[in-house]
Amino acid sequence: MARQEIESEVTGNVWKIEVSVGDQVDVEETLMILESMKMEIPVESPAAGKVAEILVEKEDQVEEGQVVAILES
Amino acid sequence: MFNKVLVANRGAVASRVLRALSELDIKSVAVYSQADEGAPYLDRADEAFLIGESPPQKSYLNQEALLALIRQTNCDGVHPGYGFLAENSTFAEQVNAIGAHFIGPSPKWLRTMGHKTKSIDFLAQHGMPVNATTAVLDSEEQFVNHAQQLGYPVLIKPAAGGGGIGMLVATDEKSLVKQLSRARSMAERSFSSSEIYLERQLTDPRHIEVQILADTEGGICHLFERDCSIQRRNQKIIEEARAPNIDPNVLTDLLNQVTDAIGSIGYDNIGTVEMLRSREGQFSFLEMNTRLQVEHGVTEELTGIDIVQAQIRLASGMNLDSVLPERPRPNGHAIEARIYAEDPVRFFPSPGTLERFRLPEAPNVRVETGYREGMKVTPFYDPLLAKIIINDVDRATATKTIIEALASCEIAGLKSNVPALITILESEQFQTGRVHTGLTSELIHKKSN
Repeated sequence: MARQEIESEVTGNVWKIEVSVGDQVDVEETLMILESMKMEIPVESPAAGKVAEILVEKEDQVEEGQVVAILES
Repeated sequence: MFNKVLVANRGAVASRVLRALSELDIKSVAVYSQADEGAPYLDRADEAFLIGESPPQKSYLNQEALLALIRQTNCDGVHPGYGFLAENSTFAEQVNAIGAHFIGPSPKWLRTMGHKTKSIDFLAQHGMPVNATTAVLDSEEQFVNHAQQLGYPVLIKPAAGGGGIGMLVATDEKSLVKQLSRARSMAERSFSSSEIYLERQLTDPRHIEVQILADTEGGICHLFERDCSIQRRNQKIIEEARAPNIDPNVLTDLLNQVTDAIGSIGYDNIGTVEMLRSREGQFSFLEMNTRLQVEHGVTEELTGIDIVQAQIRLASGMNLDSVLPERPRPNGHAIEARIYAEDPVRFFPSPGTLERFRLPEAPNVRVETGYREGMKVTPFYDPLLAKIIINDVDRATATKTIIEALASCEIAGLKSNVPALITILESEQFQTGRVHTGLTSELIHKKSN
């Protein structure tokens, strides 16, 4: 079981979190949606697996490269 | 004429409107959010007020705060710029109700054109050519049936939307069904209405739009067309006038048809009729923007007409003959490039601090910006950093000049789309006028592979 850090690709805000800790997700499934400069940017799962941790909350500010969730795959 | 006008906006457009007000000897009031404190254009206003915290809902979209400030500062006019409240009919009505004048079309036009399917139906009745679209649809079954009739691919679009925001492409029934709920929630969030509809997606169309000015006495004219086919994420990044590679007689017919249709409904002040041109050469109505457009500078450079001043004069009650005593004439070729704070390959936003921000300073290069070196570009607003506009003797020369101007920009501290703009402008497709709305991804995607 590998733990994989999922990073935000942009600086922005967390608009919506679409999954919960423990959820099974598919590859490319949307985990959360960030918002920056009037654009919605989905954070997608890089692999199939289980959501081990969600490290941000709705409306949090995130930086580019910040780890927002951890996937067990 | 107005005595004092409040500019309910930020950035490059606030800067542009403040300049026009000062040239017209009208006193000005600027507003700014916490994030925009110290913005360079605020010095140009006679008065400037902090309107609220950085998120737009608390500042530039805060109608109550703006209305209170309009009263407090005794303004008799309000210029909304573009974006934010520029097409909000309720705000326009409230501004008019407190005795200030909303500088834009009458609120009824903001409402009519603001609802996309209703505006398509309405203008089709007045002679505007339209593409195959549905009315607002409800059930999954309706969507599936209508999509089948239109033929895939289809676009799922927000009815209360515009500006290319919140549109999704469905290539087959499965992707249509999968995307319906996301399309609804995007529409609800961006436009406070979850109404969505379908439109047939054209393959590689061109985006060509007509600039309209009108008075309240039936006077109307066009200021020619702009070609805005170079887009990313359905939003324009390079615009030019006139449109290349189309028979001039065809363009004249289009301009007359659009002006007649808009004239016949009694439209006033300013507007842009956006059209798509299919590969087969058919024009169809896309939407009408009831406001000043980001790319108005292209037409100003083409015609020598100051569109912002003209808009303000028309709003003050002057008729078109006094505002534009001579018939508009095109001169040379004009091109605009929009510099955005974003990754030049993926076009993802890139907020940050403008550690270096040097834009060309030459008499033949027009620069519009709301930023200066050292300022922070925050994630709260649209990523537009600056617009570079060129007018030159012909299209080839104007293209060469704008490439040089872009190459001389020094931007550090965040990513900008300048390399992408140069790639597009240098491409054979652009230089031969074979532009279409898919060209950006064609060129940039190919390059990154």
